[in-house]
Amino acid sequence: MMVQKQSTRAVGIGRVLIAVYAILALAATGRSVFQIATQFEQAPLAYSLSGLSAVVYIVATIALIVPGRKSYGLAWATITFELAGVVLVGLMSIIAPEVFVPSAKYAHSDHSTVWTYFGIGYGFVPLVLPILGMLWLRRTRPSRGDAAVGAAPREV
Amino acid sequence: MIEWFTWVQAAIGAAVALFCIVMGLARRIPNDYTLGAVALVELLLIAQLVVAIIAPFAGNRASGSVLEFFIYLVVALLLPPLAVVWALVDRTRWSNVVLGAAVFAVAVMVVRMLQIWTATAS
Repeated sequence: MMVQKQSTRAVGIGRVLIAVYAILALAATGRSVFQIATQFEQAPLAYSLSGLSAVVYIVATIALIVPGRKSYGLAWATITFELAGVVLVGLMSIIAPEVFVPSAKYAHSDHSTVWTYFGIGYGFVPLVLPILGMLWLRRTRPSRGDAAVGAAPREV
Repeated sequence: MIEWFTWVQAAIGAAVALFCIVMGLARRIPNDYTLGAVALVELLLIAQLVVAIIAPFAGNRASGSVLEFFIYLVVALLLPPLAVVWALVDRTRWSNVVLGAAVFAVAVMVVRMLQIWTATAS
């Protein structure tokens, strides 16, 4: 068998978390590529956020998979950013929807991002996922020194 | 898009998702039943692709964005094979839950595809 550093996060139910992150990353990427490529001028802010969220989900997915302290920190950073994003954009889409769609001329097009209305278009998964991610990261905190030794939680 | 076929497909997708997740939670590792069910979902997606290509020639045109529709369809087509590869590599019960999550995403995307196909605005 190939010698490789054991991941502390990609184990047990954490794999489901990573898979859901990967699906969300794919969904957000597909949508934002379409929005930015075909109708960016209609709502630049909404679509920039859409693209940004896609990138953050991709980075979070990778950070959850890759072992080590650095990626542990990166996972925290991206997941915290996601939670902030979904809460802020969720609030904004209720309080001031016109911020995202500057011209009523384009009111008919799809301006939603994964974060709009707290991720309602994605079954609120974008709101719940970062919280589950944080709980998982807390449980799988790497030990001091070698990140791999003894930090892996038992199969649950 | 054929509306009834799409709804049947979404219903089957939801049922397969539930089945896979329950099997995972019941501590089963991926087996012929869960993988076969996911294969059925993929087969229906391929049928949907064929329908989407032929339908416009039969007068069934999309009123919404065709490009957006096909982005969804292509991503949906990718999900089951990726989940199956995952399940073959990672032989734990959690892979059944992963299969379920992927198929559930497909079911939601199929409904969204119908919305895009039949969109009336613009």
